[in-house]
Amino acid sequence: MSALLNVNKMTHYFGGLRAVHNYNLNIEPLQITGLIGPNGAGKTTIFNLITGVYTPTHGSITLENENIKGLETNEIAAMGLGRTFQNIALWRHMNVLDHIRMAHYSQLSYGLIGSFFNTPKCRQQETKVKENSYRLLELFDIKQHADQIVTNLPYGAQRRVEMARAMATNPKILFLDEPTAGMTSDELVQMIKIIRKVHEDFKVAIFLIEHRMKFVMELCQHIQTLVFGELIAEGPPEDIQNNPQVIEAYLGKEDLT
Amino acid sequence: MEIARKFKSIFSDVPILGWILGIFTAVIIEYYLGYDYISYYLGLPKIPVLFGTLVMLKDPMMIPAVIGYDLIVYVVPIFLIAKLTTFFTNPVAAILEKTPLWLSAIIHLIFFYSVLHMWAGINDYRELVVKLTLISIILTISINVINGYQGEFSCSHPGFMAIGAYISSILTLYFFVSDKTFGAAVLPPAFGPWFFPFALVAGGIAAALGSLLVAIPSFRTRGDYLAIISLAFMFIVKSAVENLNVIGGARGMGGQPDYAPLPIIFIWTMLCIWIVHNFVTSIMGKALNAVRDDEAASESMTVKTRKTKMTAFMFGAFWAGIAGGLFAHVLTYINPGMFSINRLAEILAMVYFGGLNSIVGSIVGAVSINVLGEALRPLELYKWIIIPLILILVMIFRPYGLISFKEINAKRLLRSRHKREQGA
Repeated sequence: MSALLNVNKMTHYFGGLRAVHNYNLNIEPLQITGLIGPNGAGKTTIFNLITGVYTPTHGSITLENENIKGLETNEIAAMGLGRTFQNIALWRHMNVLDHIRMAHYSQLSYGLIGSFFNTPKCRQQETKVKENSYRLLELFDIKQHADQIVTNLPYGAQRRVEMARAMATNPKILFLDEPTAGMTSDELVQMIKIIRKVHEDFKVAIFLIEHRMKFVMELCQHIQTLVFGELIAEGPPEDIQNNPQVIEAYLGKEDLT
Repeated sequence: MEIARKFKSIFSDVPILGWILGIFTAVIIEYYLGYDYISYYLGLPKIPVLFGTLVMLKDPMMIPAVIGYDLIVYVVPIFLIAKLTTFFTNPVAAILEKTPLWLSAIIHLIFFYSVLHMWAGINDYRELVVKLTLISIILTISINVINGYQGEFSCSHPGFMAIGAYISSILTLYFFVSDKTFGAAVLPPAFGPWFFPFALVAGGIAAALGSLLVAIPSFRTRGDYLAIISLAFMFIVKSAVENLNVIGGARGMGGQPDYAPLPIIFIWTMLCIWIVHNFVTSIMGKALNAVRDDEAASESMTVKTRKTKMTAFMFGAFWAGIAGGLFAHVLTYINPGMFSINRLAEILAMVYFGGLNSIVGSIVGAVSINVLGEALRPLELYKWIIIPLILILVMIFRPYGLISFKEINAKRLLRSRHKREQGA
């Protein structure tokens, strides 16, 4: 199997509630995959299961043929799964530059003692991280906000900070949870551009949850449709668009009588 | 406001060096003229210890004399000298600016310390206040790591302090003092002062290990629940010490050698400020803030949240232990009652007054609450009405404390301040 990320027959129960059932996923390098489905279908749960927030009841998850099921979230993140959140999850007392610096955490090796005494090794690594952070800020067009506290930024800029932060962890796959939630159509077009740019510049695979069909159809090469925790359709955008089951799930059954 | 701004602009070109020089002059004046001339002619019984507040509160008739003394000895010389010597201090500051930052900082600190030493040396009581204030600075910074940077509400600080105080006391008493509890001194007492740092660090490490009892529950709970757990920890330590008769029980333990003169405490305080500052400005330390603000996001950004929480508690507790050890060797007597709810109230007041998430804030908080506490001592019970009132006012106008979310920028602080050309 050459897939970057492979999820096989993943099932998860919250108590007696079956949230996800027999879910399969294959992400190839450089592929953009979309996950759509009505509210409450379990899309974010799938994100949380793969990124290690919950451990699935059954099934296997492998990243580059290595098992990641049961590992801690921070370990999985360090192995190459970066993510953003549905409701922006930034650190509210921290400025933008520190957000990006912080996300380099797993790439540091100077340890606590190094940080206490500000050893040359520590200074060297911190400088490197700072340079890289500025590069990312520039790429996401938020360099002018570097010293500002994130809560003072406009919504679109906050989204970009979140994305830049996820990219700073050096991911192989980027998970985007509703990247356009609450955006105007102008911002939406901008977001498509940013995601394309990230995809090309960093050569990452992208896995995203989205509600807006236009967005998904334009970006994704592969789309999965999830209803009540089960996949009902999977394939390239054109197929999904015309799939009667998907239309039923979104628009309801056509009454012919 | 207008006057204040004008005042500020007049003195904006005075570098730190200038202020230290001003204070130096004031101390010299007090040292040579304070008792024989100035207080004599003003009718004061002796040199006012803490800017005369004690005398003022005891006898209101003395107020004009005290104000006169403060003006003549402190206010006028400090501002005058600071302003008049800018022609000389600014170039010196500019030269120091070109040297490495650490060298410049050490030179400033040595100069500052000698002034502080002279000021404190005039009177034993003043020296004790300075010592306790410096120890409070360590305590406040250390609790700021847990309550400010890490954002937990931990109430166990007196407990950590007690562990540090008792462990280091036991070590020094056992090795260097012949007393009833531990028998004859094991090593010659002359080695004592050299061994003292190790005893302190041992106390700090013991406190850090003790803090694990609070840190591990913090993985699963925070906020009010952790506050209760940490409060319980404090009482456990207190009762444990009270019931251990080997180390004196509730009667306490005395006879510690006086290994903590002012310079030693000053060095430890500066070391604490330096190390904590390095830590909280590095990414490792920023992780504390990240975990405080959003734990789930931190995990997803590869931050090891458990390790971070443990670090915060152990690091904070370590410095609390060091502060406790110094405290024990300043007072040369400790008992479990010292490390109880009163101490906790004092520590919390200092950190929340000064400002969360800021070392400067902690220093300001520790110094102001300590000096205020000593200055208002003659008011006895009313002191405990005035200080809480001030705290309430601060909380209303600055909910995170006086100076919060600000770090020291040593380079900016120590730079020379040439008058900038201002456009019309």
